[in-house]
Amino acid sequence: MSTSVTMRPCGDFRTSYKQDTTIFETKTIRWFAILAIAFACFAPFILDAYYLTLFIQVSYLGIAALGLNILVGFTGQISLGHGAFFGFGAFASAWLNTQFNIPVVFCIPLAGFLTMAVGMMFGMPAARIKGLYLAIATLAAQFIIEDFFGRAEWFSGGSAGSLAEPINIFGFTFDTDESFYYVALFALVFMFIWGCNLMRTRDGRAFVAVRDHYLSAEIMGVKLNKYRLLSFGISSFYAGIGGALYAHYLGYVSAEGFTIFMSIQFLAMVIIGGLGSIKGTLMGVVFMVLLPEAMEASVSLVKETSIGAHPMLVDGLAYIKEMAIGLVIILFLIFEPEGLAHRWNQIKNYWKSYPFAY
Amino acid sequence: MSESILKVENISLAFGGVKALTDVSFDVPKGSVFSIIGPNGAGKTSMLNCISGRYQPNEGEIHFDGKRVTHLKPNDRADLGIGRTFQNLALFGHMTVLDNIMVGRHHLMNNNWFTGPLYWASKAQKEELEHRKEVERIIDFLEITHVRKSIAGTLSYGLRKRVELARAMALNPKLILLDEPMAGMNLEEKEDMARYILDLNEEFGVTIVMIEHDMGVVMDISHQVMVLDFGKKLICDLPDAVMDDPHVKQAYLGIEDELEEAS
Repeated sequence: MSTSVTMRPCGDFRTSYKQDTTIFETKTIRWFAILAIAFACFAPFILDAYYLTLFIQVSYLGIAALGLNILVGFTGQISLGHGAFFGFGAFASAWLNTQFNIPVVFCIPLAGFLTMAVGMMFGMPAARIKGLYLAIATLAAQFIIEDFFGRAEWFSGGSAGSLAEPINIFGFTFDTDESFYYVALFALVFMFIWGCNLMRTRDGRAFVAVRDHYLSAEIMGVKLNKYRLLSFGISSFYAGIGGALYAHYLGYVSAEGFTIFMSIQFLAMVIIGGLGSIKGTLMGVVFMVLLPEAMEASVSLVKETSIGAHPMLVDGLAYIKEMAIGLVIILFLIFEPEGLAHRWNQIKNYWKSYPFAY
Repeated sequence: MSESILKVENISLAFGGVKALTDVSFDVPKGSVFSIIGPNGAGKTSMLNCISGRYQPNEGEIHFDGKRVTHLKPNDRADLGIGRTFQNLALFGHMTVLDNIMVGRHHLMNNNWFTGPLYWASKAQKEELEHRKEVERIIDFLEITHVRKSIAGTLSYGLRKRVELARAMALNPKLILLDEPMAGMNLEEKEDMARYILDLNEEFGVTIVMIEHDMGVVMDISHQVMVLDFGKKLICDLPDAVMDDPHVKQAYLGIEDELEEAS
């Protein structure tokens, strides 16, 4: 029997069902999370702006990746068009702002809902097909939407791209890294709590039921088509919010970025982090954002040594960096296919019973 | 007892050339334990699938609680109050036992993808806790308290069968379809399961339709027994009458042959 699931720290008792349905497993974890967020609020005073940009990246990519994890990890569908939905959210928010003069704060959730509608439209095949066939159908969505960005000048500005105003609340403009950092932090915390709550209420359970055994889910009263479609909708909603944040952070959106490569990167994030784990999503995103940075740092270290002066390496280092990223991902899939979240739990359980692990 | 909750009329079901069911009709009285027996491939599970909505019969009608349900999808039948368990386990393997049973409450809950995440602001938390209380009653009743936080896929066979029964009970059904609830169990587990089924029937007032191969159990706890053979109904009567029927002996029970060989 899986004792690790039920093993609880000494003195942390639960005397009501309310205490038994918390987001965080134990009080200690909750306090750590609260402390971490409180610390994050003061980060701009301590950290360099460069680290803040990394965090902002984690935020908007993390929100979008959580959406993909709800679709792929929790509902067991597949999507190869997530990057396009991310882009759609970015353009939609900029478009709503410039065309209808809606304040940016409202544009971001509205862009989320618009993307949700588009996602559900392209998700309609999901009600009928599964697995590889669905992957191909969503691949079509990726290319159709990408093509739409290029052609619909009224919406995206065509090849010129479109400008996105910075967020402005009560006359305060969030146009620097320091100020946008707080927007990113708020959005990240809000959307992740939203995700946690979704998964512990009725519809979240229905998603997992559809994934684990769709026949008995239907016998239990879960409408299969509704939940398969809804999962697509929610996943696109998250992608849209992430995309909108991205747009208003950079101030400019161009169609080139939202390719199939981005979709695959989102998939890589949720697979590395752990399918069906909210905590894992965040870990996967942090990993994928920091990996190129770590590679960059190690490449510049090599450059300074005598080996770095070798003519073959001078030109090749950039390629080696890209290849190393690929290698790390492959190694991950071989040695930890269940993701970082699983590894994290294993390490935790090891120390919990240390040194008498029997 | 006389009022019927489930009325099955002239059901026929064919897969291409194979006739799984031919013109089967029966009534299940409200509050009874109704068993379906028969040799392998007789169409017992197909019958259950027709009632729960997995299969659409080619001909015939099914009425449940006065409503025609023949055209309804399985999830709509669950809303009306038909729960079932499966012959080869069909739990949600990666969820905890608790979540598995909570899925059974699906059609009784109201919060959706938008109000659910607003947990504290909407009534979602209150609803969750109320249903949790009901689910805990079922967990208590079936004596699976010690595994409620375990992942369903890691449990032993007997426990999984019980969790599946718990999940079906969570629907608050008027009728439960049990597909071989005691297959692969030892004597003790069988006795426990028989007790749960009887309590479910008598205390909770749920009507039970059951497929089972253990004749001892079937004859002991059923009010009525129906025998299927090659998709046709042989007889539907009281247990004792079924035991004595020569056709049933020939088709399924096979006592006469053994006696002849022995003599």
